[in-house]
Amino acid sequence: MAKRLMSGNAAIARGAYEAGVKVASAYPGTPSTEILENLINYLAVDASWAPNEKVALEVGIGASFGGVRALVTMKHVGVNVAADPLFTLSYIGVRGGLVLACADDPEMHSSQNEQDSRNYAKFAKVPMFEPADSEEARAFTRLAFDVSEQFDTPVMLRSNTRISHGKSIVNPQEPVAELPQAGLVRDPAKMVMLPANARNRHPLVEQRIVDLEAWACEQPFNRVETGSGKVGVITAGIAYQYARQALPQAHILKLGMVYPLPKQLILDFAARCDTLYVIEELDPFIEEQIRAMGIRVIGKELIPICGELTPERLETALFGTKPDAAVIHSESLPGRPPNMCAGCSHRGVFLTLKRLGAYVTGDIGCYTLGFLPPLSAMDTCVCMGAGISNATGLIKAVPEQERHKVVGVMGDSTFLHTGINSLIDMIYNGGRGTVILLDNRITAMTGRQENPGSGYTLAGIESPPIDLQALCRVLGVKHVQMIDPYDLTQTEQVVQQEMARPELSVVIAKRPCILDRRHGPEPAPPLKVIEEQCSACKICMKLGCPALTWQQEHNTPKAHIDPQLCSGCKLCQQLCKFTAIEVHND
Amino acid sequence: MTNDVRNILLAGVGGQGILLASELLAEVLLLAGYDVKKSEIHGMSQRGGSVTSHVRYGSNVLSPLIKQGDADILFGFELLETYRYLPMLRRGGDVFANNQSILPAPVAIGTAEYPHEIQNKIRHACPDTHFVDGLTLACQSGHPRTVNMVLLGALSTALNIPHTLWNETITEKVPQQLLQENQFAFQLGRNSQAMTPETI
Ligand SMILES: Cc1ncc(C[n+]2csc(CCOP(=O)(O)OP(=O)(O)O)c2C)c(N)n1
Repeated sequence: MAKRLMSGNAAIARGAYEAGVKVASAYPGTPSTEILENLINYLAVDASWAPNEKVALEVGIGASFGGVRALVTMKHVGVNVAADPLFTLSYIGVRGGLVLACADDPEMHSSQNEQDSRNYAKFAKVPMFEPADSEEARAFTRLAFDVSEQFDTPVMLRSNTRISHGKSIVNPQEPVAELPQAGLVRDPAKMVMLPANARNRHPLVEQRIVDLEAWACEQPFNRVETGSGKVGVITAGIAYQYARQALPQAHILKLGMVYPLPKQLILDFAARCDTLYVIEELDPFIEEQIRAMGIRVIGKELIPICGELTPERLETALFGTKPDAAVIHSESLPGRPPNMCAGCSHRGVFLTLKRLGAYVTGDIGCYTLGFLPPLSAMDTCVCMGAGISNATGLIKAVPEQERHKVVGVMGDSTFLHTGINSLIDMIYNGGRGTVILLDNRITAMTGRQENPGSGYTLAGIESPPIDLQALCRVLGVKHVQMIDPYDLTQTEQVVQQEMARPELSVVIAKRPCILDRRHGPEPAPPLKVIEEQCSACKICMKLGCPALTWQQEHNTPKAHIDPQLCSGCKLCQQLCKFTAIEVHND
Repeated sequence: MTNDVRNILLAGVGGQGILLASELLAEVLLLAGYDVKKSEIHGMSQRGGSVTSHVRYGSNVLSPLIKQGDADILFGFELLETYRYLPMLRRGGDVFANNQSILPAPVAIGTAEYPHEIQNKIRHACPDTHFVDGLTLACQSGHPRTVNMVLLGALSTALNIPHTLWNETITEKVPQQLLQENQFAFQLGRNSQAMTPETI
């Protein structure tokens, strides 16, 4: 087959397809999302979005119980959510091969932390592969399914932003020809994890790691590249590329499997080197284990532990050199932070929250951008689902006269992910907060994926959309209000009223994402500023809409609307007290 | 190991189509027989934030990321972003810059200023900068959305890749109904760099 340029994510999907995967489940999360979006194009695979990562893994486990190969994908923080089934699955092992692909995000380009997933492999006692480019992403994914079945274990595959979203050349192979038959099999000693059964399984898990460790010493995915001299490097994943480039003469032990480590191979390699570096991104994961073998290495005392390991950071660490650039800026340039789109359905809600002086316990999604100026209307953000439960705890803590200010905010996908549990807690324990659900019908932040409220699946098949209003009612919320966040008067009136109410209430701001191709609004004509009427009061600038700019060059500065960017949502028109904004008809 | 790797850094604003342009660039380089890697960030930065894409090619590319001070070509889609990423350029490197300004949010709301005379600043730092009137040329092609194609056309004059390979890549990657304007836009961009012989 012809070689192709593929992203790491497309290559993982390709590898899974080649391995004969039948079932795939995931919850979106940058930078892992496109694995399933690619996999859905292979007709032999049943790929779907789960409401959260724990469910995704459990779906995968069920498929494995049925005897087919299953792929589950998530971002690094998703593994926290899926950790519960993962740890017990490690005891159970598999019937059909099961691979959990997780994508880390060093530097936190799109994440709230930069945890190093390799620790999960060691913690859960499962093997982990780590590719260094797209071709390895394909090959290791495919291989991981064989390893899973051969050693009766789930296998993790760790990617990161550079691997997942980078493109390099891949050599696609034909898919495997035959795989075991699927069907119901009863095997309680293996598949029913009661204490008595689990006690029997645990020693097998320990033995499995010992077996894998010995086996990995002989495998080509752990390879020695012989250089000259006495300097050696042990490395893996993307760090290998930076290390190879920085130290072209060094001997390199490149690990394809980062857990368990091939002890004998490492001992032999170390014996050939006078100076041994361990070059890895984030935690000293390999380094600590090698030190525990009694080998002296240079690692995190030199190589940064925080952030991405870029080629310049590595070279600065190794050689103390600074990049030699043609240009060095002396002036500081205006930043270009991301922003909600023109016409974003979240904007009106955050403007209102700001005007009402709410204390917003927020959450993660496009709406987290409500934190940025000029909206500046989010006070906390921890993890998915926390927006409501943080409000519950905060209200318990603060004095009576401050309680009404607390508003928990989250998006539809976040609510269905884990937020629903937080709401149940608030209802159950008599919480009296105000909750706002921002229902834009999709999982927008990660690239507009379908979710259980969208009415469509990943495959584009119609499914019954969950009715959030009815759901909240049936859970026991007495006050559920629907608002249109494009209507500022209604939004402010309802939110103000519900904040004042000394009872729990849920406000659902329903408006499809402006970019949602299924539910998105019909294109509306753009608006324009009638310059003679603009009093330069700047109230419209409080929206932070990308279509609105402040024309400073004018003798008398005025607001200006870019007709190319304006979506016609009319928020600015509603704010303007001088009727200086009208629909642009030509 | 031969050190023949060349580095092109694309920089601009989320929504300008940088990722699509770098996609085409990487594909044409693959077709020309190079090892190619490209790297970029999706997600947050796509929402109107500053976006870069690193494209590296040669006989054997290791790191997907270009080091600071190592870009052979800075390919800017917006003036402030071009200026911002000048420190990525190596000494003697080339700059292709689209003559367009997009105001970042802090400037748009009046809390920061867009650098004055930014073209002069870029030219001062890199006297041979190739400025391209992307939008004007794209409008000539009949489709304002073909700006990236105009810019790629201009950039193509600095790369030693036969025109036929560009054509093949564009034909493969651009939807059929938009092909003509895109090919035309590419040609307009190419012609805008008058020094190049039109025969390659
Ligand atoms: C545990 C976990 N899984 C996935 C993500 C990635 N992620 C961040 S926000 C988000 C979805 C937000 O969707 P929604 O709540 O509907 O808000 P929207 O972006 O549509 O405004 C996802 C999947 C995450 N941060 N944490």
